Amino acid sequence: MHASLAAVLVQGGQATAEAAGHFEPFYPGLIILLPLIGFLLNGVLALRHGVASATAVRGGGELDLDTGGRPATHTLPSLIGPGVMLLAFLLTVVNFTRMLGAHIEEPVVISYWTWMATGTFTVDAAIQLDQLSMIMMMVVTGVGFLIHVFSVGYMKADSGYPRYFAYLNLFVFFMLTLVMGSSYALMFVGWEGVGLCSYLLIGFWFSDKEKADAGKKAFIVNRIGDVGFLVAMFLLYVTFGTVDFVAVFHDAETLAYGGSLVTAIALFFFLGAAGKSAQIPLYVWLPDAMAGPTPVSALIHAATMVTAGVNLVARSSVLFALAPVAGATVAGVGVLTALFAATIALKQNDIKKVLAYSTVSQLGYMFVGVGVGAYSAGVFHLMTHAFFKALLFLGAGAVIHSMHEAYHSTHSHEDAQDMRNMGGLKAHMPITWVTMWIATFAIAGIWPFAGFFSKDEIIWQTAAFGGATHAPYPMLYTVYWVIALAAAMLTAFYMTRMMVMTFHGTNRTGEEESKHLHEAPVVMWAPLAVLATLSVVGGWINVPESIRESFLGLGPLTSEWLHHWLEPITAQATHIQAANLGELSHSAPVGGGEFMWALISTVLAIAVVATTFRMVGQKEIVPAAQDVELTGFAKVLYNKWYVDEFYDRVIVEPILRTSRFFWKVIDAGIIDGVVNGVGWTARGVGFVISMFQTGSVNTYAFILTVGVLVILGVSIF
Amino acid sequence: MINSMLESIGYTGWILHALIWMPILGMGLVLWAEEETAKHVAFWWSAVVFVLSLGLWWAFDPSEAGMQMVSQTSWIASWGVSYSLGIDGISLFMVMLTTFSSSIAILGSFNYIKVRPRAFYSLMLLLEAGVVGVFSATDVFLFYVFFELTLVPMYFIVGVWGGERRIYAAIKFFLYTAFGSLLMLVGILYLFYKAKTLLGFPTFAYADLLQVPLTGTEQLWLFAAFALAFSVKVPVFPFHTWLPDAHVEAPTPGSVILAAVLLKMGTYGFLRFLLPLFPVAAQHPTVVTTMLVLAVIGILYTAWVAAVQPDAKKLVAYTSVAHMGFVVLGIFALTVNGLQGGLVVMISHGISTGALFLLLGMLYERRHTRQIADFGGIARVAPLLTSAFVLTALASIGLPGTSGFVGEFLALLGAFETHRVFAVIASLGVIFAAYYMLPMVQKVFFNALDKPENREIEDLSRREMVILAPLCALMIWIGWNPTPILTRMEPTVRAVLERVEAAAPSGQTSITLEDGSQVVIAPADAQAPLVDPELNDDPPDDAAVIDGE
Repeated sequence: MHASLAAVLVQGGQATAEAAGHFEPFYPGLIILLPLIGFLLNGVLALRHGVASATAVRGGGELDLDTGGRPATHTLPSLIGPGVMLLAFLLTVVNFTRMLGAHIEEPVVISYWTWMATGTFTVDAAIQLDQLSMIMMMVVTGVGFLIHVFSVGYMKADSGYPRYFAYLNLFVFFMLTLVMGSSYALMFVGWEGVGLCSYLLIGFWFSDKEKADAGKKAFIVNRIGDVGFLVAMFLLYVTFGTVDFVAVFHDAETLAYGGSLVTAIALFFFLGAAGKSAQIPLYVWLPDAMAGPTPVSALIHAATMVTAGVNLVARSSVLFALAPVAGATVAGVGVLTALFAATIALKQNDIKKVLAYSTVSQLGYMFVGVGVGAYSAGVFHLMTHAFFKALLFLGAGAVIHSMHEAYHSTHSHEDAQDMRNMGGLKAHMPITWVTMWIATFAIAGIWPFAGFFSKDEIIWQTAAFGGATHAPYPMLYTVYWVIALAAAMLTAFYMTRMMVMTFHGTNRTGEEESKHLHEAPVVMWAPLAVLATLSVVGGWINVPESIRESFLGLGPLTSEWLHHWLEPITAQATHIQAANLGELSHSAPVGGGEFMWALISTVLAIAVVATTFRMVGQKEIVPAAQDVELTGFAKVLYNKWYVDEFYDRVIVEPILRTSRFFWKVIDAGIIDGVVNGVGWTARGVGFVISMFQTGSVNTYAFILTVGVLVILGVSIF
Repeated sequence: MINSMLESIGYTGWILHALIWMPILGMGLVLWAEEETAKHVAFWWSAVVFVLSLGLWWAFDPSEAGMQMVSQTSWIASWGVSYSLGIDGISLFMVMLTTFSSSIAILGSFNYIKVRPRAFYSLMLLLEAGVVGVFSATDVFLFYVFFELTLVPMYFIVGVWGGERRIYAAIKFFLYTAFGSLLMLVGILYLFYKAKTLLGFPTFAYADLLQVPLTGTEQLWLFAAFALAFSVKVPVFPFHTWLPDAHVEAPTPGSVILAAVLLKMGTYGFLRFLLPLFPVAAQHPTVVTTMLVLAVIGILYTAWVAAVQPDAKKLVAYTSVAHMGFVVLGIFALTVNGLQGGLVVMISHGISTGALFLLLGMLYERRHTRQIADFGGIARVAPLLTSAFVLTALASIGLPGTSGFVGEFLALLGAFETHRVFAVIASLGVIFAAYYMLPMVQKVFFNALDKPENREIEDLSRREMVILAPLCALMIWIGWNPTPILTRMEPTVRAVLERVEAAAPSGQTSITLEDGSQVVIAPADAQAPLVDPELNDDPPDDAAVIDGE
């Protein structure tokens, strides 16, 4: 292992020569290793810092960090945390450009050491570089770097600063393991690893029980999904004898199209995906996950970790293409989640809760994409969503940061995240205001922002798939298509409502407090600006032919690049699909082509944004403290359809009750009752035993010695 | 280089004897020392023993499936009892785990043991000698002596240095296990007489007993006798209720040894005796199903019971039963992956659960309570202790990248190969592990630091860091690089499985004796089939649950 670690650093591991083509990887192992190094360094700093503040707590006080400026303990983490990310990002860019010029057809697998080898099962610690992992690496390190930078400003005053960066770096390490690993087993390492970091970061302020609870809930719900992932891996192993991507996908086509085995594999994987990517019925952890610091919500619970499920389905495109029932399930769950989460978002007042449900909803769209076989569209929306949703969360972070300081100045205990306490913030934070509107346009699907192209592609592909010559359930896909369109309109509504409540109208923060509202420092708004740019142009890399020819296409600025880039990944699935479904439809269920429906949807989205802007703008909004309780359906939505309560009643409480029953009745009652009964009987019958139980060590030692002597004595004869 | 150095000192010739007799010699040193210095003598002595045992890693030949470093001395000639030792891929890591945990446990007891330290530490060393003996004896009588010998020091460790209900716990522990092993003794004697009749000379040698042909019915009865003894030790549900009591009452080092190695004697017995000696019974569908059902119940049921324990130590004790369930599941999968996985769980559980008991002991020394509700917010005053605990807890619940994952994953994978339904149900244990462990971690280390007593909790001392550092390092190292361990176990695991497969009902009906002279012995009841026909109507295969085509 030492030799192989050296190989990572010196030669970049050993690439399989025949697969490499013209592509020369440039220290790809370092991309994973750098965040790990960052974690170790920051971890040491965090422990030292923790010991120091523990001493202060024991002394009866707190470690005083409120010295005005940045505490000295924060300097090194500020350099290491974002520093390793920048280096990792630059390395990824180098590899990406090299791959761009290489046109490789086969993935490059670089093996470092044998992770597990039992004799019949072998899996290497190896990374796989291909078009999909490269896109994911770009998103993870790029967006990750920006969020690390933002955190330097956002977490400035936090006493857990070094620990924060340690966790964040560790997260990136596991996330890169997830997207770069060359087998399902390694992906699972990253899969549970990011779950661990999510747990640690949601419960970052662990002294608050509610936040610690949220972290725990995330971990446990995720593990429900993880069992699905495990079982799918087991099925792959007994079928193919391996869980390596290259080998599995090579042999996958021997499976019967629509067979129960491949359907089971795909569905079990999707159970895992539904856990990690917060889909019905396992989405409940994600809204609670907002208890973590806001940049964490941006990085983990919007841009990267929660998209791991989409990455998994896209990665396994061959398996899902072979299982139309699984595909229909994925798309169905996705579209239902998109609609369901959007309805909840309509009535939330916590700015992060709106964004959380919005994320659940958008993840639903991504699953619709990969569910209808439009794998590149799903990955495309994953990417644009990473830009605009990270921007929205970071913007919300800037707002909360400002609100928090405003309330801090008057020692008020009002909720800094409640939009009813905001209003009119555009005057105080213009950059945040502008950039968040850009993101809102993007997520609402307004031309020519990024989300327009990616979401429209998914909705269109749903129609096209349903209208294919041999489509399995054409009516079902028509329903999906209608729901997807409707949810898009809801998106435009709740996002505009959020923007108006936050930035427009009159300020409701409080007279004294509002004087302390301010724009975020440059270290925070600079990442916003970068992400805003990406939220505009990010969609231009994948504009389909039929739209590009029209005025919606922006001429030479756009291309269908991503679709072609991912072809080596999706080709096999596309082939299977073409062979079994025939040609995809060129018109929507109710007529009209791709261009027409793109136009209709963007016009509708603009209309919804405009109407909502007027409607919410004219509404009288009162601060949270004075607000009245909701009634009727609005209350149901505000309380998230009471799903958490339902789960508590039907799953959590019965399990707890059964646990107590097992302990008190079966273990302590029945089993121990029998055991003690036997014991007492034996005691009553055999007085010999009572003779032995003198309680004196000497007696026991005597008996022991005699026993040994007897045995030794026998041995002489 | 290390190999040639070991060779030059004749390492393989004396090491196993040294690992048994040095601790016994150490007892003398400890008893001879002052009460205050006894702990230092015991620790340094056990540390030397551990360092000596490290050579096994290199001296062990990973390509060899059978016993290595064997030595044989006649002991009770008239009974055919010999003092013979040897290790193979199954016992290698158990021996190393024993020497390692012994010195760690002794170091971890420095502040805990206040009364009669000399007696305590000499018993710890006696226990170490006994357990090493169990794992390295190749004579079944010798094995039984060691097996019983371990009961005695453990009984006193719990009964004298334990908590309030120590007498109840110690007697329960003693009676439970003594009852189990008495049945095994009957089984051993039956084997002995059978062997004597067939071979013409008395012998307890493991290798000889392996050659004794047994009918299917005999195998089933003997299997039951042995299985009961070992199942109590593991413990397998429903024979587990002695364990939580013993753990709660035992002093920290007792709990560490109990969890780390004593339980492993049970699953070691499965691998050493049940599978090779009674291969027909071990693959009998009813037997396999029974064992798997008990394993799965152990995994799920005890996880649920653990989740509602108010006493942190009792919680961890119950989780031990769940972990050992994975071992039993892996073993009775009767696949390479299953056995390998089970063995890794044994190692991993030894490390992580041992560490959990040490950590809980450290908390107990500080707060004199084990009730979860008495804690809260400890992370703020003891960040190092918290970090070590969280890492250990994660390894315990099988997070990938730690040793716990490798073992559970392989055991489940192995079980899935032959028994899909059981493997899938057992996989749910992954969820319930989080369900019992995380709330405990939260209530102890997170939440508000709202109790004044907890504010005064000190973080880890240097000695405690020295204890925990190697444990944490091993959890991660095995998590990322288990291959060197797996390759050392593989030949033996294969040999055990081949033996089981060879005894499949369609296999041979006579057995070749390999005592060098290659004598073919016709069994006394050569005409009798190895397995009763009526016991064998459905094949042990439910692999066609989900068809591919």
